[in-house]
Amino acid sequence: MRRILFVLPLLVFTGVIFAQSGGIASGDGGDCFILSLTAEDAPNDAGGGIDIAWTVAPNGAEPDSIVLERLDGDRVWSSIGTILPVDGSRTDDELINGQEYTYRAVSFYGGITGTPSAETSATPGKQWIHKGRIGMLILLTLISLVIFYYIEQGKRGKDLYIRRIAGLTAVEDAVGRATEMGRPVLYIPGIMDMDDIQTIASMVILGRVAMKTAEYGSSLLVPTCRAVVMSVAQETVKESYLQMGRPDAYQKGNINYITDDQFGYAAGVDGIMIRQKPAAIFMLGTFYAESLILAETGRSVGAIQIAGTAMPSQIPFFIAACDYTLIGEELFAASAYLSKEPKLLGSLRGQDVAKLFFMIVIVIGVLAATIGEAWGPAARVAEFLKTITSVG
Amino acid sequence: MRLFVPLTITFVAGIIMILQFFVPATQSMGESLQEWYMIVASFAIFIGAANLLQVHVHRIRFKGRNWKYSPVTITGFAAMILTGLIFGIEQGKPFDFIFTQTMVPMGATMFSLLAFFVASAAFRAFRASNWRATLLLISAFIVMLGRVPIGAMIWDRIPLISEWIMKVPNLAGQRAVMIGAAMGMVATSLRMIFGIERSYLGGAD
Repeated sequence: MRRILFVLPLLVFTGVIFAQSGGIASGDGGDCFILSLTAEDAPNDAGGGIDIAWTVAPNGAEPDSIVLERLDGDRVWSSIGTILPVDGSRTDDELINGQEYTYRAVSFYGGITGTPSAETSATPGKQWIHKGRIGMLILLTLISLVIFYYIEQGKRGKDLYIRRIAGLTAVEDAVGRATEMGRPVLYIPGIMDMDDIQTIASMVILGRVAMKTAEYGSSLLVPTCRAVVMSVAQETVKESYLQMGRPDAYQKGNINYITDDQFGYAAGVDGIMIRQKPAAIFMLGTFYAESLILAETGRSVGAIQIAGTAMPSQIPFFIAACDYTLIGEELFAASAYLSKEPKLLGSLRGQDVAKLFFMIVIVIGVLAATIGEAWGPAARVAEFLKTITSVG
Repeated sequence: MRLFVPLTITFVAGIIMILQFFVPATQSMGESLQEWYMIVASFAIFIGAANLLQVHVHRIRFKGRNWKYSPVTITGFAAMILTGLIFGIEQGKPFDFIFTQTMVPMGATMFSLLAFFVASAAFRAFRASNWRATLLLISAFIVMLGRVPIGAMIWDRIPLISEWIMKVPNLAGQRAVMIGAAMGMVATSLRMIFGIERSYLGGAD
């Protein structure tokens, strides 16, 4: 109940709608086939763009071609392209910010120039806020504040209950099993590069797993699909071994690059599984079609398998083939869960409250949209919720 | 200082990437950062190639476990580099020939293994050991039937039910996973940007 009371004010705060405004210059075409031509600064861009829109006379004589022209700095009209004889729009880009540009449309009938449309002008400029993303900005700010609030609570020593995640509880058992069996631990960080948030999360978990392997004295193999991931993985594992006081046990050669090719990598990792027979396999990161190939091969060698990804299409394969699967958010919670650091656990609580907020928004949205079929104000609430949760 | 520099770089880069999403005027800064990443990643290819050679040469030199596979890797590696450098990589050249005649079929072979792995994984997943597995079995059976002509021949509503399962309960579940993952991504990003999560730097405070 307290959590709901905490979340409800967030809903109230998000009740701000920013009206979009902007001057539009337009020209009336008189007898011209082009009925109207408008130009305005392109919205939500970094500058240098003007949106041009035109309407055509519905019953006018259709020209052979229509050329859109721009007045250059030396007062000469130059073509920026031809347009079809129907209502339409296009963006003229790579312009100089702050300089006024004038446009007109010229129709051609059998090589003879018709009456040009009225001229229209606009000045391109930089926008300092993306108006279609204001709702998302407010939501992100509120979510961030909630997460920071709970991080602070964690730092102050407040007892934060975090539900048990079986896959993460099993990490220690898996490494222990590998140690007892005298076989290596295989860690697969997915097939994407370091610009993928799942790979970043995977590297953080790798640090925690490496601490366990350093503590237990088992061998850790990390084949990577990207050279940058290999470099980061080497540094992460090295730091973990240093922190555990076992720098001598760190083996750089065990963290190696295989190939960037998706199935080449799958074949290489399958080979490692068959030859080295790891006792524990971690598959944490971004996976695509190779997920089941890896998971089934791992299963065939009798390894205990812990997988985790936020790719919805690959989760069923991992659930079918692995012993434990971290679903979506659990992958991102893993580092905090394994470390048990209060400030990291606080961020998990904040994440859960943010999720509760979205659950309430979804329920209200569904109810409002349903009731809105018969009652106007409810439809407006549904539309408002849709606006603030959409990215333009 | 050991922590200050990487944490500052992470903070500045993270804030720029967030800003460029909401402030169009800063988009060029975000694009520059992405270009820098591409440049770093391009150089890292050499590190990757060097690592590959180093690992296999070391294995051959010290007669490591399964060392007999390493000459195959090095030969393939050298063959692709030399044919590419000497003859070029255009269509019809030896590089392209080796690629299309070896890499492409081998990749297709690996991909085709999925058919067998799906069958074995489905066999395990669909065993009706409890009510949830039974529910999974029934829905999977309907979805599979709905996607082949015999499904409609048995009952013309089966394809519709199959479509409903995919579009309603399946999509709802997928979206739930995506929303949860998005929250996790926000929390992870904040932890990294503000230096709360430092385990990737050795976890030192």
